Amino acid sequence: MSILVNADTRVICQGMTGRAGTHYSAAMIEYGTRVVGGVRPGRGSSRHLGLPVFDTVASAKADTGANASMVFVPPENAAAAMIEAIEAEMPLVVALTERVPLQDMIRVRDALKHGTTTLIGPNSQGILAPGVCKIGVMATGGERSGHIGILSRSASLTSEVTAQVSAAGLGQSTTVGIGGDAIHGLSMRACFELFLADPETHGVVIVGEIGSIEEEELADFIATSRPDMPVVALIVGRHAPERRRMGHSGAFIEGARNDAAGKIRALENAGVIIAESPHLVGETMQRALLIEA
Amino acid sequence: MNLQEFQSKMLLVRYGTDVPKGHPALTADDAQAAARSLGVERYAVKAQVPAGGRGRSKGVVLVSSPEEAGAAARGLLGETLVTEQTGPAGYLVRQVLVEEAIEANRSLYLAVLVDTARAEIVILAGPEGSEDIEDKLQSGETRIERLALAPGGALNETDVKALAQRLGLDAKLHSSFARLLGQLRTAFMENDATLIELNPLAITAAGTFVALDAKIVIDDNALFRHPDLMALRDDWEDDGVEIAAQSHQLNYVRMDGDIGVVVNGAGLGLATLDMIRAANGRPANFMDIRTTATSIDVAHGFTLLLDNPAVRSILVNVHGGGMQPCDIIADGLGIAMRRTGKARPTVVRLAGNNAEYARFRFQNFGCKVIDCPDMKEAVTRAVDEASARGESR
Repeated sequence: MSILVNADTRVICQGMTGRAGTHYSAAMIEYGTRVVGGVRPGRGSSRHLGLPVFDTVASAKADTGANASMVFVPPENAAAAMIEAIEAEMPLVVALTERVPLQDMIRVRDALKHGTTTLIGPNSQGILAPGVCKIGVMATGGERSGHIGILSRSASLTSEVTAQVSAAGLGQSTTVGIGGDAIHGLSMRACFELFLADPETHGVVIVGEIGSIEEEELADFIATSRPDMPVVALIVGRHAPERRRMGHSGAFIEGARNDAAGKIRALENAGVIIAESPHLVGETMQRALLIEA
Repeated sequence: MNLQEFQSKMLLVRYGTDVPKGHPALTADDAQAAARSLGVERYAVKAQVPAGGRGRSKGVVLVSSPEEAGAAARGLLGETLVTEQTGPAGYLVRQVLVEEAIEANRSLYLAVLVDTARAEIVILAGPEGSEDIEDKLQSGETRIERLALAPGGALNETDVKALAQRLGLDAKLHSSFARLLGQLRTAFMENDATLIELNPLAITAAGTFVALDAKIVIDDNALFRHPDLMALRDDWEDDGVEIAAQSHQLNYVRMDGDIGVVVNGAGLGLATLDMIRAANGRPANFMDIRTTATSIDVAHGFTLLLDNPAVRSILVNVHGGGMQPCDIIADGLGIAMRRTGKARPTVVRLAGNNAEYARFRFQNFGCKVIDCPDMKEAVTRAVDEASARGESR
């Protein structure tokens, strides 16, 4: 089984008629995802990629029975598109758009509080349940079906780590790119909890990076909940170029916690096994599963 | 985008916030003339760099005459200012702000920023404005009060009053404090700021709030709707190379090693830097090719590395995606090598879309690359190539 998506997931694409929307919608159809339509204001009742196009998410949902939407709308309108999908009570929204303004995401998060939607991203690579459903831009070919859950804040490392895990002989239940932006939807911790609750997931790989305090929050959760499956984490940015600071306020909000060393310490203290580098993720998990058994 | 202090103050004045009278100056003569036009008793001459800690690092000079203001400017301009916030490289001072030095009866710390973890805009306020505020907070000598804005940015009157009381503000200052918070909130939201920080914020003997310093950061991702602010961007903050790279869809940061690094994706890039350091190598840069970059953009990036004499080897670590397959990166390297006639030992590690086709493109361009499909081996090889060339010099 998988988390967030399954064989009954019916996907529409907001922004399907754009260049990226077209390219990736077609790739998803080819992968076997049930793409059922697209949304493009002003282009309603036309067809694209052989599928119906609608003016609004609500009409697309009503007509196609879609239960997931992929947002491929340029940054200027991405927040409005996400809010439209949330207000249309789309159960799952996966936002791929990069460079969405920060204050727009405050409005999106506010809309989420009043809705029932699970939002992934923005700046997400998408979701990939091998052989079942792909939403987003993840490279395929390196994945295989199995029992490892992968959750990643880093877009570019997602495909990399998925391929490394497969190369170690381990398949994935689902790979989720939760998005690297400072404000986004589903948190690292919430995604981890979905994996914990999934009977088909037997181990979780975390891909984290410097910035934000999500790894620390996840570490706190793992330390108290003591999950009964191995957790392997790759945290990148130990040797990132030194960040210049502007003012003091960042230190007041996040403290000194969010550097790579701090994240690694917090996760290790919680019992998470650290993979030193991307090429070691698969074998580290393999060893952890053997010890567990 | 970090605004300079004088730009931040000009922006705040539009919202009604009081700042000291002052003028920016590019030369010592201009600074002297600026002081003369102000015609006050005491002047502050302030290096314009986008970082705090200037006072402690002698980036702010207090003087009593226009002549002294000119001399102070001469001492600052053209120097590199290093503070605890600039990193070791510091910033070159290209401009100073000459302004009236204000007597403060008392000073506060006041900031508006986005708390990303909670997805809300917050006001942070401290009863004491100071460059040492972080140390003092650590040692318990001072404290920071927090007030979150309601969705839409509304400020609740009762909350504001309570905040003013916690800061120990005189009751007669409460309404002007509330007005100031409203101004900052509006400036913050209308300009897509991610930070407005006033430290110190003076309270004068006459009972007015004056922002003695102001730092504003604008969200780069929102600049498309602020052409007026975009126009303020100049190359004073980053080095010119980094700005040029931006326009070619490249995120480039100079570092001090000898291995040129080219990756597609920030996370993959950070992982690559970590692996290079673990193999005892030293990166010369961080360069992340954005998904929207064309092969011409990529060529620009490779040219930056080939033109950098410190670079002894190049490591290309890319995972081709649907919109940016590996061959775009290969073409970029080929174009750059042909254009510049320069080359370095170049280790390529290609994975994902069109990795095979990229190898064919390298051949077509006559690029001699060291093909290492394994990431760890590729890193080791690039480190070896760099150190081999280092020794032969």
